[in-house]
Amino acid sequence: MTGLITMDDLTNEEILKILEDADKLLPVARGELYLPLLQGRILGNLFFEPSTRTRMSFETAMKRLGGDVVNLGDVKTSSVVKGETLFDTIQMVDGYTDIIAMRHPRQGAAQYAQDSARVPILNGGDGAGHHPTQTMLDLFTIKQAHGKLDGLKVILAGDLRFGRTVHSLSHALTRFGCELVFASPDILKMPPEIVSDLKAHGGDITETEDLYSMMEDADVVYMTRIQKERFSDEDEYTKVAGAYKLHANDLSDVKAGMIIMHPLPRVDEIHPSVDSTRHARYFEQAFNGVVARMALLCKLLGVEVPADVEKAGGAL
Amino acid sequence: MSNEHSMRRVTAIRNGTVIDHIPQGQALAVLDMLGISDATSVPVSLVMNVPSKKMGNKDIIKVEDRELTQGELDRLALVAPDANVAIIRAYTVAEKMIINLGDEMVNVVRCTMSNCITSNLREPLPHRMKVVSRDPLELRCHYCGRPQDLVKLVKNVI
Repeated sequence: MTGLITMDDLTNEEILKILEDADKLLPVARGELYLPLLQGRILGNLFFEPSTRTRMSFETAMKRLGGDVVNLGDVKTSSVVKGETLFDTIQMVDGYTDIIAMRHPRQGAAQYAQDSARVPILNGGDGAGHHPTQTMLDLFTIKQAHGKLDGLKVILAGDLRFGRTVHSLSHALTRFGCELVFASPDILKMPPEIVSDLKAHGGDITETEDLYSMMEDADVVYMTRIQKERFSDEDEYTKVAGAYKLHANDLSDVKAGMIIMHPLPRVDEIHPSVDSTRHARYFEQAFNGVVARMALLCKLLGVEVPADVEKAGGAL
Repeated sequence: MSNEHSMRRVTAIRNGTVIDHIPQGQALAVLDMLGISDATSVPVSLVMNVPSKKMGNKDIIKVEDRELTQGELDRLALVAPDANVAIIRAYTVAEKMIINLGDEMVNVVRCTMSNCITSNLREPLPHRMKVVSRDPLELRCHYCGRPQDLVKLVKNVI
């Protein structure tokens, strides 16, 4: 069975259907309704790299739908530290579970796991590659705020070179006809192969180092953290750390409906003063990880989300 | 100088394979890709930088007493996609072969990105390069999706 490795695995129609399903599942994600659509199914959580939100939201999504979860646990105490190949690890977990969510430090690991497995793989991040489940929750958040995905102006800011969330998101937004602005320090620019791919698909793209002058007519500002762990040279990191620090004072001229998103964790790229403005959406965005992943788990396990969730579900 | 004249730099072979019209300077890479090294016992003739009507300059390789297979020749698509290959039997051309660049190269080269999952040499799945474009040649790793630098890629022959 095919999983979700990159956004290319989903058509626009499938994306919209998953977002609709996610919307229907909101009361289940909030714990207001019990709907055990995935009872008897087991998710294998294989996180070879640290994760808080992705791992926890996958686990929450599975459990809210009545399914169960087995975890790889700490890599340092698993057979990985003994030199087990990814292929062998996948063979084992494939036998224990019905679906696998995986994060791995090496690029291409998710495709490699899918080629090794019988069960679907959900790519929860592979090196600086892709992070499509994050993209689904990002799209859900954007659609929730603007009622649509097409024709929006979206600024992606910060670490666009190593930030896998923005790689997947920029592909998806281009497919929905959004205007994209890439704001980053020069050494953290979007990889040229991604920019050329996006342009080949008709992408309307502006690259700049100046975030603030671009915000006036933006519908979404998507901030990312400059990832210290991706730099081999600390001096290089120091040069660009804190390149963007969004403060509530910077938002006086922006559109009323503009939303600020962030995949979290943040360091200092969004000042806490922004949290209480009407623009801040990053905590809702993190919550949306649960519904988006619930809908994805159903889709990949071939389980239809009922049209009337209230009627199908029961009280907790 | 004619092509015929340049061919006389090495004698005709009785049995084996002649690879002609290799782009200038790529003959050593071709030997590498065919696994022909100092451990090879059959006679191998190599001519580099000879004039060619078609190409300006070219390289030629003649491998005696060995008929290269289609699979071996297809590996050459990376460095010599337009080379002419002839199987020689009893001094005459018994068969002409065409190098065929398919949609994917499997187990020919390793991905050049150091952080690709395939850089762990103990991982058992095949190394796969997707052909994204033929002219100009553009290859991407099936796993990590990284476009490959062809100059570096030739050094990653398996």
